[in-house]
Amino acid sequence: MRRAIFAGLFFVGLIALWQAASMSGRWSPVLLPPPTDVAAYLVSAVEDGSLLDASIVTIERLLIGYASGVAIGLLFGLMTSTSRFFHDTIGLLALGLQTLPSVCWIPLALLWFGQTESAMLFVVIMGTMWSVAIATDTGARSISPIYARAARTMGSEGFDKWSRVVLPASLPFLVSGMKQGWAFAWRSLMAAEIYVTILTGFGLGHLLHYGRELNAMDQVIGIMLVIVAIGLLADKLIFSPWEQFLHRRWGTGQF
Amino acid sequence: MPAGQSFAASAPAKLSVESVSKWFRTARAAVHALDHIDLQVKEGEFVCLVGPSGCGKSTLLDIVAGLTMPDSGRVLADDQVVAGPGRHRLVMFQDSALFPWLTVFGNVQFGLKRIPGMSRRERQEIADRHLELVGLIKFKHSYVHELSGGMRQRVALARSLAPDPRVLLMDEPFAALDALTREHLYRDVQRIWQSRRKTIIMVTHNVREAVCLADRVILLSPNPGRIREQFEIDLPRPRNINSPQLAEIAQRITTDLMAYLPEEFA
Repeated sequence: MRRAIFAGLFFVGLIALWQAASMSGRWSPVLLPPPTDVAAYLVSAVEDGSLLDASIVTIERLLIGYASGVAIGLLFGLMTSTSRFFHDTIGLLALGLQTLPSVCWIPLALLWFGQTESAMLFVVIMGTMWSVAIATDTGARSISPIYARAARTMGSEGFDKWSRVVLPASLPFLVSGMKQGWAFAWRSLMAAEIYVTILTGFGLGHLLHYGRELNAMDQVIGIMLVIVAIGLLADKLIFSPWEQFLHRRWGTGQF
Repeated sequence: MPAGQSFAASAPAKLSVESVSKWFRTARAAVHALDHIDLQVKEGEFVCLVGPSGCGKSTLLDIVAGLTMPDSGRVLADDQVVAGPGRHRLVMFQDSALFPWLTVFGNVQFGLKRIPGMSRRERQEIADRHLELVGLIKFKHSYVHELSGGMRQRVALARSLAPDPRVLLMDEPFAALDALTREHLYRDVQRIWQSRRKTIIMVTHNVREAVCLADRVILLSPNPGRIREQFEIDLPRPRNINSPQLAEIAQRITTDLMAYLPEEFA
């Protein structure tokens, strides 16, 4: 409770500082609108429905791209962690491509797919799958070998061992990989929405982009806050509790 | 399995280790872990392997389990060559190696699921009986992280016994426990061994523990790992680890053991 109060005070202080800075008159309100303007924009955007529509469009894209990226990434990660051949091939490819910032996929996606949903999906998948593959691979490799030994003495080999021991043992690491994948997918999608201009749906990235074109700084900051809030909520409400639960029960990590 | 007869156990196996040698090669050196080990274990005998670290006692256990293959020599279980791990020779590890994603009940049933033709009902009954045997039936729905170290080893014991193996191999099963918990487990293991009659090989570096539990204590020395001496222990059971006779025998074995310690420890 004390911690929550202090954290709350910190953010109230931050907003107060911002308000004071914009009231001081040193910076043009076009560049630094007061928090009240940003709040006013957010309220109007909620009221006219544009914020909700954009959020729905964005989250829909995110879920599709993220689900595909995680599915491929988990598969690749499990492949590279169990086979030396895949480790030497796909593993190296994943290591290389995960260092590539996802914005770098956009020119290629635009040339291949044009200004389409497919281009956006492609960027999100590429931004997600490689890091998920790496995280999964690392996790599956750190499983204590004693589990596999115990399973073998009890007559569990091959697929039975893989499905009843290796997979559940690596679950906490898979969730860590999924959490990392979520962060990467979110970044990729925002990059894609800013650069890929399409008519099939305006997402949060587009609102941000148009905010810049219209010099509407209250909109730019307001949308940025929404993007941060969505990322934070997903982490705090979905991934972190799930991850902590698994690490505690599995006795891995320092929870 | 007829009702009322709670343990229709399969017969314990006899084991025969024939001239087993093992080297471990690293980039810097080849370690001669075991050098021509010969060992006969009778049906239902409880044998303890003791020796300083590096004498290859855990390696020998792994080879008997079939988890490691010897470089030369062979292991026979009931005159069958051991070619790999199997549920007739179950291993209990120092670190319980229980699966944290399963409940206690699920862990005890793990090995049973590999037995063809066993129904779900039978599996659950067998698991229940073994949890009663180790006194943890109340905790059957608990998860591993909720148990103490001693409870975990009890569950591991139940898990190893449930598939009714013919040989039980124990790799320092009590090393990580506090003294009081250990004494409790010595009593339980003796009671269970007397009712279930398994052939048991246990590795330990605690001589008293070995004398307390075993029919025969086998002393190994390192560099290379060899069997040096064997002691038949014919104290009546159940044995109390704190009894003076037991302490006296343990003292004699320890004195011999000291002679085989590498010079840097002596």
